[in-house]
Amino acid sequence: MKQQRTMARRGFLKGTVGAASLVALAGCDNLTQSAWFPGMLQKAQGLTEAAQRAITPANALAKEYNETDISKVFPANGNTDPGAQEYADMAQGNFAGWNVSIGGRVKTPMMYSLAAIKEMPARTQITRHDCVEGWSAIGMWTGVPLGDLLRAAEPLPTAKYAVFHCADVDDEGIAYYESMAVADCYHPQTIVAYELNGRPLDVPHGAPLRLRFERQLGYKQAKYIQRIELVESLEGIGMGRGGYWEDQGYEWYAGI
Amino acid sequence: MPNLMQSPMPMAEAVSTPETIKVSHATTERVYRHRLLVRICHWLNVPCLVILIMSGLQIFNAHPALYWGDRSDRDHPLLSIRPMRTDGGELKGVTTVLGRQFDTTGVLGYSNDSARAFPAWATIPSAKWLAAGRQWHLFFAWVFVVNGVLFAAYGLYSRHFKNDLVPTRHDLTQIPQAVKDHLVLRHPKGDEARGYNVLQKLAYAGILFVVAPVIVLTGLTMSPTIDAAFPWLLTIFGGRQAARTIHFIACFSFVGFILIHVSQVMLTGFLNNIGSMITGWSTVRHEGVKP
Repeated sequence: MKQQRTMARRGFLKGTVGAASLVALAGCDNLTQSAWFPGMLQKAQGLTEAAQRAITPANALAKEYNETDISKVFPANGNTDPGAQEYADMAQGNFAGWNVSIGGRVKTPMMYSLAAIKEMPARTQITRHDCVEGWSAIGMWTGVPLGDLLRAAEPLPTAKYAVFHCADVDDEGIAYYESMAVADCYHPQTIVAYELNGRPLDVPHGAPLRLRFERQLGYKQAKYIQRIELVESLEGIGMGRGGYWEDQGYEWYAGI
Repeated sequence: MPNLMQSPMPMAEAVSTPETIKVSHATTERVYRHRLLVRICHWLNVPCLVILIMSGLQIFNAHPALYWGDRSDRDHPLLSIRPMRTDGGELKGVTTVLGRQFDTTGVLGYSNDSARAFPAWATIPSAKWLAAGRQWHLFFAWVFVVNGVLFAAYGLYSRHFKNDLVPTRHDLTQIPQAVKDHLVLRHPKGDEARGYNVLQKLAYAGILFVVAPVIVLTGLTMSPTIDAAFPWLLTIFGGRQAARTIHFIACFSFVGFILIHVSQVMLTGFLNNIGSMITGWSTVRHEGVKP
């Protein structure tokens, strides 16, 4: 009898706990899909950015590794081929006709050919790529400091963000773009890279030019860069959140 | 529990000194056990930890493998939780720990017709949704850290840590007896129930002074910006992927702690325990001495 009661009580307890957790989980799912709650959660992003910028010296370098640390396989994520015919033709010709323009809020709009970029003083760095999914890979990148490209274009004081317009378009026809604070463009390790591990970038890794923004996560590292636009506000570009992944709910400030 | 204040209500029958009268009746005494700030911090931690654990499992599901060092060598994970196709063609969940494979279909790797590491009932949100999981996680991480810093400052200032949580030399000698008592579910009564027993102190101190700081610091070590500001974090934890592994282990230390903590709360007088964490006041029972 007593045992029966204990069993019944145990069953009741189990049922209650199970039901309560299902209700709680459904509640969380409802909150996630509500109009106001994600907005509140995203407030943490501003706090994180302010805190990280306050405690991180502007020129503090991301750790640089040795050649022996380089990953044997550097996974390529996101779009791994822009797919467009125009791009494929460029790839056929080793990107000989590839240009990058710098415009928007600058005094002197610039146009760099791939060859011109490769002739500028280069920086090589062995750094760790941290994907938002959780994995890391180490690679040796060579490219031109983004700051050198920007200085020649003379950004106006109103330029707050650099927007990278890229050649890749996803399956649904949405063009990839990314953005970063102009202040971060001048970090010594922020480069427009054209080589990975001593070889010209291949298509999956962003040929012929991609961004390396070493103090932030992988989705900020725009590939297939065609145009750099300096803007005062991110409104009106894509869905206005500053990038392809940001428009899908990922943080614009990807320092963590 | 600190400042073991007597209840303002006088007890009906005081405990007599053994020299004068040997016989005494069972009595109860109201004891002020948990101060207000401790109670607030405790209850803030409840939703924080549940949300952090479940949204953390959502984030883990985006790359369900753990490594040591700085990079992810996908051929050599310490742990991985993957769906795999059997020779018959159906999917099963396989968890690999240090090279040993376990079939975990139904819970890990493959559950409810879905190929995912941790099942839908264990993650926030329940669907596979990394961006939302990160938003939950990074918001409540702030609440958890601010709450923790407040509690730590108060614990030091009020001497709550020193007086109530750090085991004394005498406490440590009681470990074997305490282990025996716990195994047979014999719980402290009377004056012994006023403070924490040694295993309780070790569990709380371990969580507060080791696991909680480690889980916050390893979380920060996964941030590329923080690594640039404090490269020594990578050194002390053995690399970014090692930090991710330690973060995961610390998470399951919390899960283990919570399971034991909640079961002890239920076994040692559920309503009295819950009530004391809400109001601060706990009832201590003195057995009395029968004639």
